[in-house]
Amino acid sequence: MAAYKIVHYINQFFGGIGGEEMADYKPEVREEVIGPGLALKAGLGGDFEIAATVICGDNYFGENLDKATDTIIEMVKKYQPDVFVAGPAFNAGRYGVACGTICKAVEERLGIPVLSGMYEENPGADMFKQDVILVKTGNSAATMRKAVPKLVGLIKKMAAGEEILGPSIEGYLERGIRVNYFAEERGSERGIRMLVKKIKGEEFETDLPMPKFDRVSPAKAVEDMKAARIAVVTSGGIVPLGNPDHIESSNATKFGEYTVEGMDTMSKDDYMTIHGGYDRQFVLENPNLVIPLDVLREKEKNGEIGSLLPYFASTTGTGTATNSAARFGDEIGKKFIEEGVDAVILTST
Amino acid sequence: MVKGIEKYGIPVVHICTVVPISRTIGANRIVPAVGIPYPLGDPTQGEDESRKIREKLVTRALKALETPVDEQTVFEKDEW
Amino acid sequence: MRLELGKFVIKDIQFAEESHIENQVLYVNKAEVEAMVLEDDKLKECHLDIARPGEATRITPVKDVIEPRVKVSGGEIFPGVIGKVSPQVGSGRTHALDGCCVVTVGRIVGFQEGVIDMSGPAADYCPFSKTVNLCVVIEPQEGLETHVYERAGRLAGLKTAAYLGELARKLEPDTLEVFETKSVFEQAAQYPDLPKVGYIHMLQSQGLLHDTYYYGVDAKQIVPTFMYPTEIMDGAIVSGNCVAPCDKVTSYHHLHNPVIEDCYRHHGKDINFMGVILTNENVFLADKERHSDMVAKFCQWLELDGVLITEEGYGNPDTDLMMNCRKVERAGTKVCLITDEFPGKDGKSASLADTCEEATALASCGQGNATLKFPAMDKVIGMMDYIESQIGGWAGCVNEDGSFEAELQIIIASTIANGFNKLAARGY
Repeated sequence: MAAYKIVHYINQFFGGIGGEEMADYKPEVREEVIGPGLALKAGLGGDFEIAATVICGDNYFGENLDKATDTIIEMVKKYQPDVFVAGPAFNAGRYGVACGTICKAVEERLGIPVLSGMYEENPGADMFKQDVILVKTGNSAATMRKAVPKLVGLIKKMAAGEEILGPSIEGYLERGIRVNYFAEERGSERGIRMLVKKIKGEEFETDLPMPKFDRVSPAKAVEDMKAARIAVVTSGGIVPLGNPDHIESSNATKFGEYTVEGMDTMSKDDYMTIHGGYDRQFVLENPNLVIPLDVLREKEKNGEIGSLLPYFASTTGTGTATNSAARFGDEIGKKFIEEGVDAVILTST
Repeated sequence: MVKGIEKYGIPVVHICTVVPISRTIGANRIVPAVGIPYPLGDPTQGEDESRKIREKLVTRALKALETPVDEQTVFEKDEW
Repeated sequence: MRLELGKFVIKDIQFAEESHIENQVLYVNKAEVEAMVLEDDKLKECHLDIARPGEATRITPVKDVIEPRVKVSGGEIFPGVIGKVSPQVGSGRTHALDGCCVVTVGRIVGFQEGVIDMSGPAADYCPFSKTVNLCVVIEPQEGLETHVYERAGRLAGLKTAAYLGELARKLEPDTLEVFETKSVFEQAAQYPDLPKVGYIHMLQSQGLLHDTYYYGVDAKQIVPTFMYPTEIMDGAIVSGNCVAPCDKVTSYHHLHNPVIEDCYRHHGKDINFMGVILTNENVFLADKERHSDMVAKFCQWLELDGVLITEEGYGNPDTDLMMNCRKVERAGTKVCLITDEFPGKDGKSASLADTCEEATALASCGQGNATLKFPAMDKVIGMMDYIESQIGGWAGCVNEDGSFEAELQIIIASTIANGFNKLAARGY
């Protein structure tokens, strides 16, 4: 009896079902080792068994994301594997996205360690490299031989619960996760050495390549402000006295929604700020400096705007992880659609 | 947060002091605020002046929401 | 300027009848120091306590950490704050008590005060778990306004450090080092074949618990200027802030600025260390624009080949950092940034609030969002009441037994963005 069980996910092509014409193949599980699984099995040795292989057509998966994921999760669950591996997908885009999606789901829903492999330009790579370990492969299946040992090495570590080291050592795509470590020398010394190289025109390696931020297309302008429903959102950390929702002063993990119903102005008797990144004295005295309710209420009364949403959304904007901010924006956006909000004023300190 | 909301098609105007950060992160409609500890007003000039400044900035922000834009735009003046 | 720095190794602090230094032990007359601190009627109470490396002791909320010093010649320590503002410091002779610190502790002024653990996992992240610390625990008068309380706490710490430093005035130090930066043309001529390197030192200047003092002047009010590095080593700059605890540049760190210390080590070998350009991080966009223009002007005027830039704090100062970087590079001087990162608890978000293409060289000081389990301690100097609202903490993070979980941010100077620590972050 092998010590560890693996379940392997592959597409219709690697499963030997067919090519493009079979891309709508529904998920099927076979208690066999198929295609690339054979190379994996050979590399893993006697302690490992590939208990099952799941085959699914790339188009079926892509067009039935939820259903396919649910079905496959049920299939995988049955075998209670120690590790789940998908692909490798090389440069096949739909296959890469399927591998990333199913890996992420298996880890989140079944708590099993997962990994896959693909070429760094595979669309699935950017989408999933933060959430799933993706072994770096070449851009075609001709590079399978090189990919297998890396996959094998990681599978063995994951099964045994051993520490996964850095991307350049283990051979996976950089995930963009920042991890602390203690260097040999202190930061200032490292900085001086880097600077001397830069001045001389020699090669050096920066500790942090600059991140790139995505863009959103500008939303359509408001056509009739007099009929528009306006909402206010802030990162200035405005909360009711006592901070009942315990929003953090830095690196907030949540946002709150607070009423302004019946109020003509923001009063320091009702509201305060818990933002840890600025001198709070002015805003504590007059919260209208961050939530301009006094002015907006007046504009509502004299018809310049249609109406004001009876609550505002608020969180702390210092040390806020960009992923958290994106999540807050997404949740707030969804609510605002439901509430018929036409435009938003977002204030920051 | 601005982009998270705007991707639903709701226009968002960002009133903020550190315009470069807003630009880097990618807000599309930006109105520069007065200062970090007091974005919408200037209490050092007295309450009346401060409220007038706030009124001006909010008016500008609403105008920005009514202005079609193709790319990131900073609304610094009241020219419509 | 030429500075002689004499260091006295201090291995322990003990309370005694008379304050004096003997056999590498600092003896302190507790009552005398407490009375001196309470000369300030803004403070209701003061008591001293000692924390030693390796003890199961936690100090919180920490306001500042200062090294005891005395100016034997060439001015007075902490000029413009407790010492006479003139003459300038940075030359003559200074004595320092090495291995011990004054730590000011007390009820919280803002969210930004931090924690020092003398042992356990958190000790690895804080330089002050390795020094023997004289804790000055203060209690403000009822209803004392926050700005007034901050000032009282600041002065209490500096006065105590000066009182202790005074004990070493007439003694012979264990070691004596000399640091010198010549006037600009002389300095350039001294090592004509080495690249001219400067240090752009950014001071936190954003308001309550975010202020720094330059010869007693509030850094919000300064425009960029030039300094001899020895001035900073000699107490010209004093901290009035906590910013986020992990980023706090304590007064101790100003005295021991690591970029200055390491530049002097490289001086004459692979760089010609020309001096320091001092600037701030103000809360108005116009100030950020104006001061970054001026900083770039200095680099061009001094014909610097390269500069290191450090910042204090995160968030909007990242904009100052990037403006300085961009404008200095475009003026013809190469830049290496030294700063810390805040990519969220899972390490997956962007590390900095602002970026620029020219920031191709950056030495990381670690990421402050990673969490740590802090064990319960036998002794707490100060109070644990505020942990959940201190930066890095969250509601419910403290357990009944006194242990808690929090981000590294809550530890004083754990990811300080001036390169003092060995902590760094890398991409996985």
